[in-house]
Amino acid sequence: MIRDITIGQYYPANSVIHRLDPRVKLLGTIVFVVTVFFVNDLMGLALATVALAAVIGLSKVPLKYMLKGLKAIFILMIFTVLLNIFLTPGTELVHLGFLKITKEGLVLAGKTAIRLIYLIVGSTIMTLTTTPNHLTDGLEKALGPLKKIHFPVHELAMTMSIALRFIPILMEETDKIMKAQQARCADFESGNLIQRMKSLIPILVPLFISAIRRANDLAMAMEARCYHGGVGRTKMKPLVYALRDYLAYLLILVYILIWTGVKVWL
Amino acid sequence: MGIRLEHVNYIYSPDNAFRKQALRDVNLEIQDGEFIGLIGHTGSGKSTLIQHLNGLLRATSGQIYYNEQNIYDDKYRMIDLRSQVGLVFQYPEHQLFEMTVLKDVCYGPKNLGLDDDAAVERAKEALAMVGMTEKDYSKSPFELSGGQKRRVAIAGVLAMHPQVIVLDEPTAGLDPKGRNDILNQISALHRQTGITIILVSHSMEDVAKYVDRIIVMNRGEVFMDDTPKEIFRQSEALERVGLAAPQVTYVMRQLHKIFPELPEDVTTVEEAKEALLHCLEADK
Amino acid sequence: MGIIKAAKLFYDYVSKDEHDEIEEVIHAVSGVDLDVEAGQFIAILGHNGSGKSTLAKQMNALLVPTGGTLWVKEMDTSQPENVWNVRQTAGMVFQNPDNQIIASLVEEDVGFGPENLGVPTEDIWKRVNQGLKSVGMLEYSHHSPNRLSGGQKQRVAIAGVMAMEPECIVLDEPTAMLDPNGRKEVIETVRQLNQEKKVTVILITHYMDEVVHADKVYVMDDGKIVLSGTPRQVFSQVEYLKQLRLDVPQVTELAYELRQSGVDVPEGILTIEELVESLERFKSR
Repeated sequence: MIRDITIGQYYPANSVIHRLDPRVKLLGTIVFVVTVFFVNDLMGLALATVALAAVIGLSKVPLKYMLKGLKAIFILMIFTVLLNIFLTPGTELVHLGFLKITKEGLVLAGKTAIRLIYLIVGSTIMTLTTTPNHLTDGLEKALGPLKKIHFPVHELAMTMSIALRFIPILMEETDKIMKAQQARCADFESGNLIQRMKSLIPILVPLFISAIRRANDLAMAMEARCYHGGVGRTKMKPLVYALRDYLAYLLILVYILIWTGVKVWL
Repeated sequence: MGIRLEHVNYIYSPDNAFRKQALRDVNLEIQDGEFIGLIGHTGSGKSTLIQHLNGLLRATSGQIYYNEQNIYDDKYRMIDLRSQVGLVFQYPEHQLFEMTVLKDVCYGPKNLGLDDDAAVERAKEALAMVGMTEKDYSKSPFELSGGQKRRVAIAGVLAMHPQVIVLDEPTAGLDPKGRNDILNQISALHRQTGITIILVSHSMEDVAKYVDRIIVMNRGEVFMDDTPKEIFRQSEALERVGLAAPQVTYVMRQLHKIFPELPEDVTTVEEAKEALLHCLEADK
Repeated sequence: MGIIKAAKLFYDYVSKDEHDEIEEVIHAVSGVDLDVEAGQFIAILGHNGSGKSTLAKQMNALLVPTGGTLWVKEMDTSQPENVWNVRQTAGMVFQNPDNQIIASLVEEDVGFGPENLGVPTEDIWKRVNQGLKSVGMLEYSHHSPNRLSGGQKQRVAIAGVMAMEPECIVLDEPTAMLDPNGRKEVIETVRQLNQEKKVTVILITHYMDEVVHADKVYVMDDGKIVLSGTPRQVFSQVEYLKQLRLDVPQVTELAYELRQSGVDVPEGILTIEELVESLERFKSR
């Protein structure tokens, strides 16, 4: 299951979406997330679906790959959906012992599930089509004004990009340590909650130590390559808006307008 | 008795784009007490194969028998298999987590349900087997040298009293002396206890020196399975799959062209020396 | 003065107890003298804990000597104002391939050094392409490092150093975590850089077969240089090397054993051809 997490991973491909300026993608994602969060009616949902489908199509990332990321939150989703189904008061449809399913519950559960899926897929598109460095460059530039109030924008961006780079490595490492402890007959599945928490120590301690060791190594490697913070640094891929970026901003604006139109109008 | 694999296939991510067949129709029989070398270049399926032997990976198809019992039977307890077939991963020191060496080695036995005294007893015995002394018991595993850490980690598996022990590149990253120490200890363990040993290695020199039988993996298949002499006789085939014979084998093959009476299938330095001295003596 | 010169170099690790009292002082490097000519291929051998890594880190000013002086291209590494120039002149490649790649795309990682040096954008691209080309990894520029083999990752790391246009590369056990094919790949790349680009190479390793082609070999033990010379001179000391927890290639060992048994073969045989040649003359009798 650990290998299935696609959040934060980059999928190399040559598409318009890949080439877009990360600032555009950041804004687009935020807009999308906000609208999905407030979506309530079919029209709004349809609009979001069309927008999402169009971006997925343009991104050239296989849909299957994107959906793989959902597996990781499957449990969370089922849980939320079940909660919604059973705990929403309203017109009763079915009665199962002390549990009852209501019409409102079903609708709400459906909406929640769709929202969750859209939120995850929407934000995965951004990370799948933007290299972490590019993404953090975008963030650094977008948050640039905050530097004036001595907010460590560069440091934050650098930390983020390194974290993203090491996620897959640490995932693999977790898998390896788990297997190594299982080879020593560790049992992570049975026992009560406290016992289970305790059974995680043999995984967490080595993982923590490894993360620290890697951090040390990396810090040294960065220093050896003359890293000394953001001052005086040039960019290999400086962010410059191209025509497509202005067009994309325009499309985002159109999307917002239609969406508010639908909201107000209907 | 021993381990038997029948038509074992394993496929990673069978239902998406990353689908990869890591094992193809693997058939093997491993007898009790054998000392086996498992070789193959990176990605040949060695690591996947050994994780099947103690049930960490489950074959996509095919059967595995341990002591004639099918390990995929519903009634079969995996924990029994894992205590019988010990697996030491690459860089095993990365799994150490306890406050003291002794406690860390106790982890396996305790998972088997042994009480504290019995676990400690086994841990001490295992630590002795890998050459750690009493004064190391209360040390933190993290203050040991690289080679010592590794030996403690190996003891952690030995303490479960396995009948088979599989070691995935136990010498990776060690210096020559550390490498020889570990290999000599493993070899002594084999002589003294008679347990089955499967040694995964990239060093043909080491494999030639220690094991009785070599299994060569390539593209998920068993490519060769024979004695070291027979395997290294076919160095061209080995080179085709990204491997090679020990350097001394090539030396002797060159010399064989000049001195036809020299054997061609030499795999260790000692053997080569004996053969050469004998030959030069006779030549005089 | 050579490109790297050490005079009575020391590095001490000091461990202190809770009361800030000195508990133990370890001389990781103790009294090393060294002079490396530009363009040479130098190998430093030694078992784990012999001090070779500490010495390497001093050459890159990651560690500052606690005694003696180290000059990189006549710059004293202990002077804070020299640090960045020292690091740019003597680039460094580390052991663990995963822990030295910073970016998630090969080309971006190679660009990291030049970015830090403040190189203008177009020049960064030129350097990145040249760097990747020099290690034969240009076609992988858009790949994620996670999908590369160990040997390929190390070549990317070397490209990252090359993009800083150093005069010298210090490689701290670059092959310790690789399989034999990866090791060959890395060593061949480094030899090529040395021969074609005239980059000075300082290779730290405990694999003896990797140093056969070096111009000069230093052997370290207990923080000191205990043996130095051409590979042939060093490899003729089989017994001493074993005492130092090291090993020799099988062909060297065989020749040594034969010599010990009274067969007249020269000392310090390094290759199969040499041994075959020296034994051939026995046939003519």
